[in-house]
Amino acid sequence: MAKIIVVTSGKGGVGKTTTSASLSVGLATRGFKTAVIDFDIGLRNLDLIMGVERRVVYDFVNVIRGESTLNQALIRDKHHKELCILPASQTRDKDALTEEGVAAVLEELGKSFDYIVCDSPAGIERGAQLAMYFADIAIVVTNPEVSSVRDSDRMLGLLSSKTKRAEEGRAPISEHLLLTRYCPKRVSNGDMLSLSDVNEILAIPLLGVIPESPAVLRASNSGVPVIDDTESDAGQAYADAVARLLGEDVPFRFLEEKPHWIKRLFSFKERETV
Amino acid sequence: MSITNVFNRISNHFKRTPDSAKKAKERLQIIIAHERGQREQPDFIAQMQKELLDVIAKYVPINRDDVRIELERVDGCSILELNVVLPQQD
Repeated sequence: MAKIIVVTSGKGGVGKTTTSASLSVGLATRGFKTAVIDFDIGLRNLDLIMGVERRVVYDFVNVIRGESTLNQALIRDKHHKELCILPASQTRDKDALTEEGVAAVLEELGKSFDYIVCDSPAGIERGAQLAMYFADIAIVVTNPEVSSVRDSDRMLGLLSSKTKRAEEGRAPISEHLLLTRYCPKRVSNGDMLSLSDVNEILAIPLLGVIPESPAVLRASNSGVPVIDDTESDAGQAYADAVARLLGEDVPFRFLEEKPHWIKRLFSFKERETV
Repeated sequence: MSITNVFNRISNHFKRTPDSAKKAKERLQIIIAHERGQREQPDFIAQMQKELLDVIAKYVPINRDDVRIELERVDGCSILELNVVLPQQD
């Protein structure tokens, strides 16, 4: 049976789709058969971030309505052979997603995949509810900013009450915090909530900290998930988060301000003389 | 640009702005504690509060904000607290 991961946040624009894309690529790179589903019906975007927008023929809603088979709708990623993408539909029908339909798709995917990553839409409407409903693991994407932290806390409330695990009284969803767009410099200036501030308020285990990085926009511009930019800080931070998700003990990086260029120059000189 | 203007701009540049992250944290702690408290209340509380208010308003002129209902859970025992501030009699 596949593990179902929901990537959620409440607030929009904090990096859910970026995270879903990088996480699923990371899991597939590790050899796990992974499917990533876009639950944002009407506002499909995961396909763009993954660079498969021109290969969409059928979508999630087509499968639910029986207009195509799951196999027809799944897009096999050309760069990661263990990865498949199920795009969202662009329909404006708000009731396109049904609990039974989503359950059936997840069950069928569960037979052949190790991980199913559900990219939740923003808000707390049906798409967001269904993205989290069947989850075993939740990744709460949060920016170090008041409205994002508050919305994340609200999502934690929903995760502990409005999910299948909660309703059936089974072991609760395992919740993880992923802090994104983190600027160590602004934190040390006192202009941004620190990791420990957010940790203290939300009080769930930390999966990763992704630094604010130009690599993220570069990645979305080119349709290559940022985790594949292995040179970049954000890409490496996502790779660390994937490792932690798989139970590895990886130290946190990119939490400190980069030293000033003059300082770096001197440390370089020092190294050379040794 | 006058001399004082230039001076102000320079001095503003070196002035440390207050620690806004600290303020953010304090505000978040308060609002989140409040919202977590409400989260544990069953959905009917809001409806019940409205109906109770309607009943009371039938007999006494009161303000909507003068009725507070809180459900507290202490050691598996639920306490429903109803707090009504009646207007002063003339």
